This record gives sequence, C-alpha cells and structure tokens, in this order.
Amino acid sequence: MKTGNGPAHRRGHLVVAVPYLWLLLFFLAPFAIVLRMAFSDAATDLPPYAPHFQGFSQLGEFIAALDLENFRLLGDDALYWQSYLYSLRIAALTTLIALAIGYPLAYAMASVPRRWQGMLLVLVILPFWTSFLIRVYAWIGILRPEGLLDIVLTGMGVTSEPLRLLNTEAAVLIGMVYSYLPFMVLPLFATLQKLDRSLLEAAADLGAPALTAFATVTLPLSIPGILAGSALVFIPAVGEFVIPDLLGGPDTVMIGKVLWSEFFSNRDWPLASAVAVVLLFVLVAPLALLQRARLARGGVA
Amino acid sequence: MKRLGPGLIMALVAGFAFLYLPILALIAYSFNASRLVTVWGGFSTHWYGALMANEPLLDAAWLSIRLAFVSATAATVLGTLAALALARHGAFRGRTLFSGMVLAPLVMPEVITGLSLLLLFVSAQVERGFWTVTIAHATFSLGFACIVVQSRLAGFDRSLEEAARDLGATPVITFWTVTLPLIWPAVAAAWMLAFTLSLDDLVIASFTTGPGATTLPMRLYSAVRLGVSPEINAACTIMIGAVALVVIAASLLLKRDQLAGA
Repeated sequence: MKTGNGPAHRRGHLVVAVPYLWLLLFFLAPFAIVLRMAFSDAATDLPPYAPHFQGFSQLGEFIAALDLENFRLLGDDALYWQSYLYSLRIAALTTLIALAIGYPLAYAMASVPRRWQGMLLVLVILPFWTSFLIRVYAWIGILRPEGLLDIVLTGMGVTSEPLRLLNTEAAVLIGMVYSYLPFMVLPLFATLQKLDRSLLEAAADLGAPALTAFATVTLPLSIPGILAGSALVFIPAVGEFVIPDLLGGPDTVMIGKVLWSEFFSNRDWPLASAVAVVLLFVLVAPLALLQRARLARGGVA
Repeated sequence: MKRLGPGLIMALVAGFAFLYLPILALIAYSFNASRLVTVWGGFSTHWYGALMANEPLLDAAWLSIRLAFVSATAATVLGTLAALALARHGAFRGRTLFSGMVLAPLVMPEVITGLSLLLLFVSAQVERGFWTVTIAHATFSLGFACIVVQSRLAGFDRSLEEAARDLGATPVITFWTVTLPLIWPAVAAAWMLAFTLSLDDLVIASFTTGPGATTLPMRLYSAVRLGVSPEINAACTIMIGAVALVVIAASLLLKRDQLAGA
C-alpha cells in the first residue's frame, strides 16, 4: 500500500488513534484506578480515596502510603478465598458440561447439508442475544417449587414431591450452562466445519472404524475449537453475578456476587477493587490460553 | 457428508430443545390469564395491558432504547475504525496492546468492567447518568462491532481500493466511495449487535449509572428478585421479539453480503 504524505497521512493515523485513545481512556486507565483503589483504606478515606499519584518525584512516599490491608483481608477471611475457589469450581464444571452438550451439537451442525448450516447457526446465536436476565428468569419459572419442572415430573409420575432445585448449586449450574452454551458451540462449529472431510474418508479407506477415526482424526483437529470455547465459557463464568444471585442460594457464593455486595451493600470500594484485582490475576492464565487459541486459528475470535 | 445418523439427529433435537424450551415456556406463560404459574387460566393478553400501564417500566424502556441507540452508534464508529486499523495499518506501534484492548472486554467479567469504569467516572468527578452508561456500553460493545467488521474486511478484494488510490483518490475518498459501500452490511450488523448488547446489559449499567437513569434491565432485575409474575413474562416476551427481529435482520444482511461477495 502507498504511504501517503501530508494531511492524508495524518488522517491515516487518526484511524488508529481514535479507537486507541478511547480504549486507553475507558479501558486501560480504569484498571489503573482499580489497582490504585485496591491499595486504599476504606475506614479512613472517602471517595475518591487519596493518596493520589503525585508524579515520579514523590514515588517513594506514594508507595509508602499504599495500604495492603485489603489484600491481607482477602487472604485471612475464609469467605473470600473460598468464594474464589468455589467460583473456579463452578466455572470448571460449567465448562465441562457445556463441552459435553456443545460438542455433539456442534458436530451435528457441521454435518448437516451446508444450506441448513446458516439457519442452525442463527438459531444458536439467537438465545445469546436475548438478555441474560430473561434467560435466568425463564429458569426460575421452571425450577422453583411447583414450577414447570415439578408439574411435568409429578404429572408423569416420576416424583411425588417438589424437587426444590431453585437456590441450589444444581440450579446455578443449569443456568450457567444454559447461558454460556452458545459461546462453546460457535468456536467448536467453526473448527469442525473447516475440518477436511477427506481426512476422515482416508481413515475409513484405510480400515479405521468410525470411532477410531473420530478419536484419532476429528478430536485432535478440533482441539483449537475446544480450547477457544472452553476459555470463552470459563472466563466470564468465573466472575458471573446474575446467575448465582438469582438461581443460587446462601451456600453458592461466587466471587462476582462478593464483589457486587462489597460494592453495593457494604460500600467498601477499596475492598471491592482488591477482589477485582485478584480475580483478574486468576483469569490471566485462561486469557493467555484464549489469545493463543485465537492466534492459532488466524486472528478472528 | 451424505447422511445424518440417528445419534446426530438426537444431538440436534436435544441441543435445540434445551436452548429453546425455557424461552418458549416463558413466552407461553405471558399469555396465561391466571396469575399463578401452576394454573393455566386460558389465553389472555391481560398482562400486556398491565404492562402498558406500568409507567416506571415504560420510562426505563424508553431510556434503554435511547441509550442503546447512541452507544451502538458510537461503538460502531469506533469498532469500524478499530477494524480498519487492525486490517489495514499493518504493524503499527502498540498493535498487540491495541488488539488486546479491543478483544478483552468480550470476555472480561462484567463486574470488573463495571467497577473499573465507575471508579474512572468518580475520579474524574463526572456526574453519573445517561452519558456515563452510554460511554460504558460503547466501550464494551466496541470489540463485538470490530470483530463483525473485521471478518468482512478479511474477505475483501483490496485491489479495488488500490485502483481507487492509483486513480488519485485520497484515502478518505477511497473509504467513502469504495470501502464503506462494500462493507456496509457488516457495519449495519455490527450496529444491531451493539444495540442489543446495550439493551440487555444489567451489571455494567448498574455500576455506571446515577440517580434518574434506571435502565430496563435494572427495573426487571428488581422485579425478578421479588418473584415470578406474568407481567415480567410479558415484558420479557416483547424484548425477545424485538431482539429476534434485529438478529434475523442482521443475519439476512450478512448472508446477502456473503452471497454478493462470493
């Protein structure tokens, strides 16, 4: 491409500069503030929580004024690290169940004639665009005592009394898998669709049974899709708030909910920030995995 | 592939049943004459009438629509610029950071995005309300818009742009007369997706809003916490219908675009 000069060249820079500055201001800068806030003391300070960064000449005093109290609390109080572990566990279970449901679905979608695939794809995406809140609300109606599930199960004579699933871990898992399933299916479908079917024919010609061909050809080739889908489900699931709040009970305390209540109920902004900082560190490894999976598939997530 | 086995058909049916039955049940009960979810009292549009008389909910809906309109427009402009930057400007300085910042909000837990933006607004001593939520929504849907436009730019015949440049068109004129007409279906789809994302968001809006700016999801959330009611079902049904129309329109646009581009 020709490199322009003069005003045209400068306008070319604007294409990069405008979104770049927007993201620096509204995405990166806020994280710096969260980090700073996490080292503030809620008891003695009021928003916006001094000390402010005065420049590099006062770097020493700035660091001395940092308060590690919030992080000490996160380590000492069992509520916090237990809810981190619990969030990781729920997110991992969600990812596994979504994979178990999503893989056959994506595989079947990639196997139907091509003219149907576009329509099936829209059908998978459609629930993703309806709000989380609505999808979770739908499950409240199904899972609550004397809800739809109870009516159906007692009607069929499977159970005689209500299952009481709402406000349990099972309800949270159902809601999570339901809400995040499209994130798993889409990258899996993209990978499986691009898979070279002639490889499978070659395996069959050489006498491999269908199952062996699947295990030795299809499965290894779909690993990038599995990784991308798992990361897309796992990362937001760890910090999920709405689902554990509405479908969960007192014993399903996930870290997103802890952050929410530290912020909105306890009004402890520094502690909420510390919770967010630790959560980000927990997510660094899966984020790196996602980036690698994306690079392996050529850039577009 | 020639034939679908029974296993694959089962996977399709079970998968789509799981995705759609809860939504269909929710829609069905919005037409239930009885207030009790356990009793089917016959078909009725009573709850839609009740909804139309619910002033706070209607105000919140109108606010959400205006907000989604502005934030989707901002997100589409910024996302298109970001896509052009990533697809056309090669290896500029800070490219890795840039693409990371574009894509990170796609998976970032909403509580973190919401909290961090709120702290920014508080530090800058900006009065919170409509505009702070708009900025927050534009920021997190920018990445979605960028991906949609980027995928169109990737399958794009660059020799057309080069021809325009060789004939003396400036980059700006080339963009308006060659690039934009070719990518506009993707730009329109990006706008629609950003619009529905904004319309649906509860968590980020809750953090970044101020007094007097209560969005529809925030109203619904407080109603849902109080329990199930057919009126909420009716509100949800209208939202599902609106989103379905937008998504189908967007996918038709993209499909026509793909056919034209192929």
